[in-house]
Amino acid sequence: MSVVTIDSVSLKGIAAAVPKLTYSNLEYGHIEMPERELFIKTTGIRERRVAGRHQSTSDLCYEPALQLMNRLGWEKESIDAVIVVTQSPDYFIPGSAVILQDRLGLKKSCLAFDINLGCSGYVYGLYVLGNLLSSGQLKRGLLLVGDKSTVSTAYTDKSAYPLFGDAGSATALEYDPSAGKMYFNMGSDGSGKDAINIEHGGSRNGIDETTFKLVEIEPGIAREKRHLKLDGIAIFNFALREVAPNIRELYEAAGQAPENTDFFVFHQANRLINESVRKKLKITDTHKVLYSLEKYGNTSSASIPLTMITEAAAVLSSKELMLCLCGFGVGFSWGSALLRTKGIVCLPLIELP
Amino acid sequence: MISAEEFTSQLVAEFEEVEPGTVFPDTNYREIKNWSSMYALIIIAFVDANFDVQLNADDLKNTQTVRDLYNIVVEKAKA
Repeated sequence: MSVVTIDSVSLKGIAAAVPKLTYSNLEYGHIEMPERELFIKTTGIRERRVAGRHQSTSDLCYEPALQLMNRLGWEKESIDAVIVVTQSPDYFIPGSAVILQDRLGLKKSCLAFDINLGCSGYVYGLYVLGNLLSSGQLKRGLLLVGDKSTVSTAYTDKSAYPLFGDAGSATALEYDPSAGKMYFNMGSDGSGKDAINIEHGGSRNGIDETTFKLVEIEPGIAREKRHLKLDGIAIFNFALREVAPNIRELYEAAGQAPENTDFFVFHQANRLINESVRKKLKITDTHKVLYSLEKYGNTSSASIPLTMITEAAAVLSSKELMLCLCGFGVGFSWGSALLRTKGIVCLPLIELP
Repeated sequence: MISAEEFTSQLVAEFEEVEPGTVFPDTNYREIKNWSSMYALIIIAFVDANFDVQLNADDLKNTQTVRDLYNIVVEKAKA
């Protein structure tokens, strides 16, 4: 795909929520202390928030959505579309967006559907919802993005368990003829489907006697087939290959230079990957590249809005800014966006008990 | 291209926990003290950043020593 644009849509506000429960990777007893320390130093992930049994992905998105609507003064009847981006939906069926349409009290004529994407999902969600609004036939939309990734990671799998944190978010978009262009550049490579994969439970493999059987893959890595599997080397090579060229192409098409960007908000994969991308793009102003992963881990689809809220809320709400967003991961799927924001509403991070 | 010795010392500098002077080109890198899979990612990042070469899982599987890695990097850098 080449670079595409959206006109007449402005980003009005963002809110995000995490569970209160905090896990420290320094206390991850499945591996020895030196390995824990090396893990924290290399990935940058010190702590993560973990949802309890009582908290679903839609719970993590509900509160930010409600508070954001209240803060913006958006009447429930005024919302024309709600999109949920997640890979840990409340149920196989129905999708989580219709559940939230009802729970938020949105009108029945509201469009509500899910998008099944992970780490790249926020950018895709902005693009899809932006397109729904840009003609002006629909005026207001909510993009609800989040994952309870910890529901599918095995404690006995050191390659996945200490990476992920749970989070939900809400982003408000509105039709606005005076808004500037947003630029997008997206890509897909399904040949990477095995690199990040939950093998069992879907229509390919279903559930059988091996689904819940713990199997040791290599020392330190044991999981069941219902668990998330990560191939760290394949993922790292994918990110090195695709992300920087994708962002360069975005800037070229937009006629912009990375130097004029105020913040780069990348999916919070891990510090080693993100720093490699930063160096490839020759971004030397390190403070422009935001990180929330030390405190919240890899929060999958929610990582971009969560990082905006926790690391840049004050400037986002007071200044006009040029932002470069980039999500990349499961699929493989990736996408970047370049947009201007002006005094957007940023609610303080919500912690859910 | 730098020498295998220089490659080794630069790579070891990336492994902050490893004492300099304990790893040589013919050291089996998986036998480095406290070796973990995290080191594989550090190797990939180091080679990508410094030589613009990507090492894949097979490259790592098919190598034992730091010199083996060096030879692959030399070969791929030529291509």
